[in-house]
Amino acid sequence: MPVDRLLDQLRRMLPRDRLLIEAAACAAFSCDALTSFQVLPEAVVLADSTEEVVAVVAACHDERVPFVARGSGTSLSGGSLPIEGGIVIAMNRLNRIVHIDPEQRVATVEAGIINSRISEAARPQGLFFAPDPSSESVCSVGGNVAFNSGGAHCLKHGMTSSHVLELKVVLPDGELVTLGGESLEGAGPNWLGLFVGSEGLLGVALEVTVRLLPLPETTHTVLAAYPSLEAAGDAVTQIVGSGLLPVAIEIMDALAIQAAEASVKPGYPDAPALAIVELEGEREVVEADAEALDVVIAASEPLEVRSTTDSAERALIWQGRKSAFSAVGWLAPDYIVQDGVVPRTRLAEALAEVVALSASRGVRVANVFHAGDGNLHPLILFDGAEPGALERAEATAGDILRMCVRLGGSITGEHGIGVEKRDYLEELTATEDLALMRRIRLAVDPHELANRGKMLAPQPAA
Amino acid sequence: MSSATRPGDVVGTDDRVAALAQTLRDSPGPLLPRAAGTKDALSTPPAGASPLDVRALNGVIDYDPAELTFTAMAATPVREIVELLAAQRQYLPFDPPWADAGASLGGTVAAGVSGPGSYRHGGVRDFILGVRLLDGSGRLISGGGKVVKNAAGFDLPKLMVGTLGRMGILISMSFKVFPLPEAWTTLRVKTEGLTDSLTIATRLARSSFELETLDLDPPRELWLRLGGRAAVLARRADRLARFVDRPTEQLTGSDDVRRWQEARELTWVGPGSALVRVATTPGKLTALDAALAAAGAQRRYSRGGNAAWLAWPEAHPLTRLDQILKELRLAGTRLRGGDGPPLLGPPQGGAFAARVRAVFDPHDRFVEI
Repeated sequence: MPVDRLLDQLRRMLPRDRLLIEAAACAAFSCDALTSFQVLPEAVVLADSTEEVVAVVAACHDERVPFVARGSGTSLSGGSLPIEGGIVIAMNRLNRIVHIDPEQRVATVEAGIINSRISEAARPQGLFFAPDPSSESVCSVGGNVAFNSGGAHCLKHGMTSSHVLELKVVLPDGELVTLGGESLEGAGPNWLGLFVGSEGLLGVALEVTVRLLPLPETTHTVLAAYPSLEAAGDAVTQIVGSGLLPVAIEIMDALAIQAAEASVKPGYPDAPALAIVELEGEREVVEADAEALDVVIAASEPLEVRSTTDSAERALIWQGRKSAFSAVGWLAPDYIVQDGVVPRTRLAEALAEVVALSASRGVRVANVFHAGDGNLHPLILFDGAEPGALERAEATAGDILRMCVRLGGSITGEHGIGVEKRDYLEELTATEDLALMRRIRLAVDPHELANRGKMLAPQPAA
Repeated sequence: MSSATRPGDVVGTDDRVAALAQTLRDSPGPLLPRAAGTKDALSTPPAGASPLDVRALNGVIDYDPAELTFTAMAATPVREIVELLAAQRQYLPFDPPWADAGASLGGTVAAGVSGPGSYRHGGVRDFILGVRLLDGSGRLISGGGKVVKNAAGFDLPKLMVGTLGRMGILISMSFKVFPLPEAWTTLRVKTEGLTDSLTIATRLARSSFELETLDLDPPRELWLRLGGRAAVLARRADRLARFVDRPTEQLTGSDDVRRWQEARELTWVGPGSALVRVATTPGKLTALDAALAAAGAQRRYSRGGNAAWLAWPEAHPLTRLDQILKELRLAGTRLRGGDGPPLLGPPQGGAFAARVRAVFDPHDRFVEI
């Protein structure tokens, strides 16, 4: 058996405490944040160095055993779910900051480092790392690269792809390549741009050089409560079209507010919907923009408006927002986190449709999302113990995705395809486009060893 | 998939695209797409290859100002788009070069070039959302979409940036845009030399000033542009002048506009030289500048010292520049004038690049990179 031969090789390469083979030890790695999918891996390697990852990938290639590199396992689309008959390469120990160069505003880190640790390390230099997924305190940068992660503040700053300058990558056959460079400019095709967001199908990122941004001089955060989700959506469309460039615009509905209040108690207004709008930059600019924002918000007839420039108050507002996914656990035993995108001008229409779908299917949906980008995150609540409940929730999730496509959007804004949306990608992508993606995958990884079965269904022969 | 999600879906049944696909399939040798030809080093085919005129791919397909996105055919002149956006108080923050010279949107993407304004919000690769292209087999492929966030499948729009017309014929593209600043002003700063300019540039880059541009003109000038609300611009400029603490001259109105127009159009480049853009870092500028000065090359540094634009004199072979760049481990693109391969310095992407490129051009219908 190829797996047995691989395990023999790994035993020779690794100390016993960093090669997990017993089912009980591997079980902790059998799923990521999409817990409805579980696969027990054949083994888990707790890699200790980039050289070791390269050697393990090469060994997998020799024996044709599929592998998934896993950071913190926070993927919501099953991106780091183990592969049947394959192994997991756990990247968590590769968590060093290789160097920070404040003068060039760059940091080079190992891929397993936690996202927020980069900003913590850069802050004394007056710098920060902009991508801020809600899971920033636990998710790894390697995972951010694999899924081109977003976050609340990518409205102004852009997704992970705009913040990665250089990658040291091991290809699925064990070959090392460097993509990109330390400059903000490039020369020739943007190979790095293809690698970011490729969901682990084209290799494993080992080291990541990211750009850092200077901390803003001031930040102004506004909370506006609305009588309906639709009204909040309309307000966001007005703000986006007003000529202002907020750094973040978020919406939460009553259920999400309730969940946040039950957990971190941010003290949000009690209302059917809430918009969080944030401005940041030079003091004079933010002050002038805040006045303009007040005018746009006042015209949108909010129930209540609060604003703050106080960092502690602001932190609490964001803690409430960022904890919303997990806080929903207070409302129902199970839930599906959905991720779809609609054009920003059609937000109100999309939200009204989500509310109508929720009512017609008898499924509770909490809404919390990056409204400024048109990126919806409906949280579909259910009780897995109730017969048929999971199926109803999944059907609702599917309806929401089809609506996103019908309105001119996308089936995922930042969580990726993974295993969760593979069928939707096939259903909603033109044959030629999907065939090209497959050809890219096979050209880089002919045996489909790297994260097999994610994004694209494996070839029948594989 | 619904038509609304596909950038430039209208082109699927377009005769112009069908004709290009046919030409591609029938061509006995490699082809090199050419629209306005403003970057002749990239659009002049080498021996054995033929030019492919794509100018018919012209026109804006969709622009929704409230959405802050647009989709246009690849050969649409950048200037038309700039005017269309400006009428709605919006702009392309990556500030495409040679807009006045007639540069096309597709040529800008294929060359991967951004102008001085990219200092603030990022380059062309940070604003492209979707793409349609003909691959080397004449298949019409689309990637990305029209919405500002999209994580469905491989990021083909980003990959297309910098492909130099050598991995596909760009047909149409979607971009996000930003609100146009209400007013602009520029500070021309006299420094004590390149080292001083770099020290100030580094201090600025780490400060909370939100500069639209940060250009260093050797030996002794820094050019800083601020954009935004007219009511607070003068106060911001004062504060900025105090921060840099060097003699400054403030440009407003048409003087400000002219300076950046000249920078964007590269009007300072003399005839006969080869214009090369080098992807560099502020930390490598001193060494690069010394080597360029020794060769007598004119040069300007943009984007806070990340983009070096240089006019390589005709008297020296480009192989010497290639050698300099290899020693400094910097990659460059020859955009105008000169001859030989357009990419200079160490090769990029290794085995990954070779494997991916082969997917797009299995029958050698495009010129080699």
